[in-house]
Amino acid sequence: MKRNELAGGIFVTLLFAVILATPFAGGSSYHLSIGISLLQYAVMATAWALFSGPTRYVSLATGSFFGIGAYTVAVLGDFLPWPAVLCVALLIGLALALLVGLATLRLSGVYFVIFSFGLSEMIRQLVSWYEVNITKTSARYIFLDITQQQIYWQLAALLALVLAVGWWIGRSRLGTALRLIGEDEVVAAHVGIDTTRVKLALFAISSAFMSVTGAIMAPRWTYIDPSIAFNANISFQVLIMALFGGASRLFGPIAGVIPLVLMIEYLSTNFPNHFSILIGAIFMIIVYFIPDGILGTISARRPRASQPPLAAKAPRTGAAS
Amino acid sequence: MFLDLLISGLTLGGLYALVAMGLTLQCGVARIMNLSYGEFLIASAFLAYLLTSKLQINPVAALLLIVPLGFVVSWLVYRVLMLPLVRRSKAGASLDVDSILATFGLLFVLQGMMLVSFGGNYVSYSFLSFPVHIAGTQVAANRLLVFVFAVVLGGTTYLLMKNTRTGTAVRAVAAAPNFAPLVGINVLMISTLAFALGGAMVSASGVLISMFLPFSATMGVLFTMKALVIVIMGGVGNLKGCLVAGLLLGFTEATVARLVDPGLTIAANYALFLLVLLFLPNGLYGKAAR
Amino acid sequence: MSALLEVNGLRKAFGGHVAVDGLTFVLWPGEIVGLLGPNGSGKTTAINMISGSLLPDKGSIRIHGQEICGKKPHRIAAMGIARTFQLVRVASGMTAVDNVVAALAFVGPRLTGSAAEVRAVALLSQLGLGERLHTIAGDLTYIDQKRLELARALALDPQVLLLDEWLAGLNPAELLEGIALIQSLRTSGIAVLMVEHVMDAVRALCDRCVVMAAGKLIADGHTDAVLSRPDVRRAYLGEDDEEKVDA
Repeated sequence: MKRNELAGGIFVTLLFAVILATPFAGGSSYHLSIGISLLQYAVMATAWALFSGPTRYVSLATGSFFGIGAYTVAVLGDFLPWPAVLCVALLIGLALALLVGLATLRLSGVYFVIFSFGLSEMIRQLVSWYEVNITKTSARYIFLDITQQQIYWQLAALLALVLAVGWWIGRSRLGTALRLIGEDEVVAAHVGIDTTRVKLALFAISSAFMSVTGAIMAPRWTYIDPSIAFNANISFQVLIMALFGGASRLFGPIAGVIPLVLMIEYLSTNFPNHFSILIGAIFMIIVYFIPDGILGTISARRPRASQPPLAAKAPRTGAAS
Repeated sequence: MFLDLLISGLTLGGLYALVAMGLTLQCGVARIMNLSYGEFLIASAFLAYLLTSKLQINPVAALLLIVPLGFVVSWLVYRVLMLPLVRRSKAGASLDVDSILATFGLLFVLQGMMLVSFGGNYVSYSFLSFPVHIAGTQVAANRLLVFVFAVVLGGTTYLLMKNTRTGTAVRAVAAAPNFAPLVGINVLMISTLAFALGGAMVSASGVLISMFLPFSATMGVLFTMKALVIVIMGGVGNLKGCLVAGLLLGFTEATVARLVDPGLTIAANYALFLLVLLFLPNGLYGKAAR
Repeated sequence: MSALLEVNGLRKAFGGHVAVDGLTFVLWPGEIVGLLGPNGSGKTTAINMISGSLLPDKGSIRIHGQEICGKKPHRIAAMGIARTFQLVRVASGMTAVDNVVAALAFVGPRLTGSAAEVRAVALLSQLGLGERLHTIAGDLTYIDQKRLELARALALDPQVLLLDEWLAGLNPAELLEGIALIQSLRTSGIAVLMVEHVMDAVRALCDRCVVMAAGKLIADGHTDAVLSRPDVRRAYLGEDDEEKVDA
């Protein structure tokens, strides 16, 4: 345990040394842009793993929360001071997570995955409808005076925060509860853990980070509409990175983010039309050939995917009694 | 007006039921949560479009070509891509998660291929697009044809499941996969068959849909979503449940589109989904009951 | 002194099949009560309802006079009821010690940190797992996993312990050990309700027996008296020829 902590500590120190140094290293704004990409995905992948790692509920909803955060900026960016906008994005992300979580986390994991799969589409449709019928706007423009550098620093701070939160959770009773839920949810319930509440809490925290990330990134777009904001690619990419690096360790996702962001950058510049095919193929390669170290953390022996919900459970009997 | 709604709901629901039937076979029997399902549907639609517009082949004839093709392709997909996962999970519960992840990747590959080949624009062709008068209201002939086909195909599949030995074996594997081998059922064979059959059904659906709906390379996800909702609502592996849930979804959508706003159909889908699960956590019919 | 656990008119039906019908009995502190009956009589369903895994259709379950019927398992655990499972369930990726440490954190003594470790080690040693504290639970033998499950249940500092066929599948030597372990629980004042088929253990351990058949209660009394009743014998011999109910 102690050696792991030491290794973790060294890694974090090095990581942040690099992060802090990069803007001053005299690179071009292209390098800063890559840095922003790396930070953005580092935050989201780490946040994703906070929830989906221990509970083994695969969330495909990252894009929904990112989009909500971005859209909040589009709507409120001109009316509120920047910190307030970020707060609102956070709160909206929390609210959405609680709503979705309350509706789906009591059910088995598969239902949650499927619901999260289509969530972006649904939100996109709802927001479009709202914009067309209520606010009567078709698109929004963001003209905020925020520089690349500022975005970079905000993301760096957010990364520090998410790592700190993850570390703290790991050491707390919440972390113990999470681990036990991931091992065997029935056992967890019977030692006094309110499994729904724990899952909900983690899902909310994780989603809040994603919303804020979306909000921070929003000023990079000048034009935004629902189909731009709510993008399935983000959900997919965050998923790949977290799984590739390892969703069961705090720094695992970051380890997956660094190579994959760079690869994606390379692929999207050189093969823009074939991007989807390539990224899909890479993911499938990961799923098939790097299984245990990666998927072992997600595919449990008895995942919730096959367990019926508590109230309707048939008696677990080898012989009927 | 009510009759209008009834007919819309019926045709839409019937189609949805057909689409979902294939997926329920793949999920319930082969135990593959196929997130790329909708891509197969759209691919079939594109194929039908090519055959119709470039080779002047009648879409109904295209069905005869594309459905067996869908069967074969899905057979190969199962054997090449899914079998390793089945073996790895030892047919245990982790197959659900593994198959979701793998098919999620497949989704992007397939969608990417279609985007490269056809671009992102909507595509359609005209076929039997004249109105037919039924019971005082008008229905597009192509929609009617689609409905008839859906009933015939779905009905045939259902009857096959009920009345043939293989069909019984399929239902056995859906209901009790661990015990089916004990009565001499080759679960692997049956799973492959079910997956391929699901592929055939989704291909049929794709061709049928292309007859009246404009489609694009990115629409697959939408159909996958709806199919998943229907499969879960009706009970995974349950063909009859598909029919009921499909009709329910079709009616809900038609009603919402007509009476509330066509821009809220997905939200309505999800609301229905959640409502059903709230009160019936195992779907309308529970697991693989018939 | 009022009863520790009171079960009244408990009923559960699955579709058309009534698994438990009008079950009524009480548990007093320090008792070991056997819950017997042939296969299909509703015993595990009853246990599942008491522990909260199943929602009863009707009836009441009270611990210390407080109603727990219909509550979620984690609330019931907090109110002093612990259980083991018919098919042993442990956190197979965690060590034995970590399994118990986790169980100590949420109800009962609510221990964390080194206090929890100390208590976990004590419990595990008491149950014969002192040599295998840091073995991964998934690598333990069957009997050791059962011991671990018991340790986890005891970690909650329960007042009522529900054992679902805990002695099943043990060889004679292990059976003797298992019986001794459960005997040792008497001193702590815990009431034990054990679903059991192993009659030797029932005779050795249980003060009282509650017998179910086809969902209904057919006997409730001292072990010897109950086991020599003709209707109890009929219920067993008629359906299950594993049990030797000798004269």
